[in-house]
Amino acid sequence: MSVLVYAEHDNATLSKVTLSVVAAAKEIGGDITVLVAGKGCGAVAEAAAKVDGVSKVLCADNDAYEHQLAENIADLVVELAGDYSHILAAATTTGKNFAPRVAALLDAPQISEISDVVDGDTFKRPIYAGNAIATVKCADAKKVLTVRGTSFDGVAEEGGSASVENVDVVKDAGISSFVGEELAKSDRPELTSADIVISGGRGMGNGDNFEILYKVADKLGAAVGASRAAVDAGFVPNDMQVGQTGKIVAPNLYIAVGISGAIQHLAGMKDSKVIVAINKDEEAPIFQVADYGLVADLFEAVPELDSKL
Amino acid sequence: MKVLVPIKRVVDYNVKVRVKADNSGVDLANVKMAMNPFCEIAVEEAVRLKEKGVVTEIVAVSIGPKAAQEQLRTAMALGADRSILVETDEEVQPLGIAKALKAIVDEEKPELVILGKQAIDGDNNQTGQMLAALAGMPQGTFASEVNVADGKVKVTREIDGGLQTVELSLPAVVTTDLRLNEPRYASLPNIMKAKKKPLDVKAPADLGVDLTPRVTTEKVEMPPERSAGVKVGSVDELVDKLKNEAKVI
Repeated sequence: MSVLVYAEHDNATLSKVTLSVVAAAKEIGGDITVLVAGKGCGAVAEAAAKVDGVSKVLCADNDAYEHQLAENIADLVVELAGDYSHILAAATTTGKNFAPRVAALLDAPQISEISDVVDGDTFKRPIYAGNAIATVKCADAKKVLTVRGTSFDGVAEEGGSASVENVDVVKDAGISSFVGEELAKSDRPELTSADIVISGGRGMGNGDNFEILYKVADKLGAAVGASRAAVDAGFVPNDMQVGQTGKIVAPNLYIAVGISGAIQHLAGMKDSKVIVAINKDEEAPIFQVADYGLVADLFEAVPELDSKL
Repeated sequence: MKVLVPIKRVVDYNVKVRVKADNSGVDLANVKMAMNPFCEIAVEEAVRLKEKGVVTEIVAVSIGPKAAQEQLRTAMALGADRSILVETDEEVQPLGIAKALKAIVDEEKPELVILGKQAIDGDNNQTGQMLAALAGMPQGTFASEVNVADGKVKVTREIDGGLQTVELSLPAVVTTDLRLNEPRYASLPNIMKAKKKPLDVKAPADLGVDLTPRVTTEKVEMPPERSAGVKVGSVDELVDKLKNEAKVI
């Protein structure tokens, strides 16, 4: 067996989720090659070469890969797919975007968002919004997998000494182009990699009231999330959404404020180590999964929490 | 411009599914079924493009059991002009579905294919991308905004860090995310009218595609339950517990 891991990055920094994907690759077994595709992404390739367990890094540095356009990336991965038995990508919006294209072009099945490796052919993955866990098996010689980052503890960033090989394959499908992007700018940690997450729900009332959560977050070094109800109500942007249709998080501490605890939301945060719920409705389902529940008016409890941290 | 809208019949999103006692799957006996919510958004987007005069014909397609005709009728009540059912009682998986859709695309030659980013049963999030690859089309996945102009489509995509806009040449595949639109309800007169709209039924063999699943499900289990912890009486007690008991702050 040999595994090709697609590295997630912003052309400057290797994303932590890649460490989790490498961890999944290690469980599968065999040599691990990491592919870094981007523009001016040499530093990312250098970082990937140091990652524990990686035996080779392929670096495809070209304008065509700058924005991770699925059409170009998929063609590149297919070209490099060679003898790898497993092609892995993170189950992020980048991985989810190009990986099925690779699978289709290779006529290989894809298993999405694996949460556990049973053996090289058998994997576990959540279905029905996390309400069931399926164990699936695929005997095909080549398969494409996307990996749920929060389900695997990342390997060490240091410890490896892989060689970096430049790949001069240029695949520009010429059917799509990048127009622009609006990335949320925040000094707070990224939701999916933060140690502490504090999220607000419909109970927050409006977007301005999220300010009290930001204050607590800044004291704790936490990321701020939201339930789908809060996003749908227009309080905050969708990239803050935690849940089955948003981001899946598993921090050490998750503080749910004014969130009732719909299944949809629980699916995105129930693997957190410690869960705190603050809600004035003591019947709210969120209390059934919370390690510490505080039945209180959030507009009193959160500022008090802020003052006592 | 012709738009193809592939849709899927799935368990209604309000149903709390149960795992079968023998762990062979999820119990779908006597469970309410409906159109996958992301597919409803896809139908709505196609209808809005038709209302704007960009689109002239909407063809809905589903691959699944005979009962999926209900969802195709719903799509036609919402505004699709006609529909195609590729009927099979066997389990179908994304790669097989994408191959069947590719065959339909070859016949229908749509300029745009709009479909849901994922179905809420298998949560695979694969079909649209796979179809795009097989058909050699560009893709705009997880769309929150779609603009068709000058032979191209601009798609704003929901990505992890925010939003990304790409421009695609036509024909193209677009997969829908939640914020793209809010689907309408079908009116009674439109539901009646939809009964008379054409619905073609085909067999997978008619399309010359192999739908045999390549991934087998060994077992399906309930996720590990999380048990309720304790209620604390005050913010002070909460802070104390987090510091000294859980040691997470």
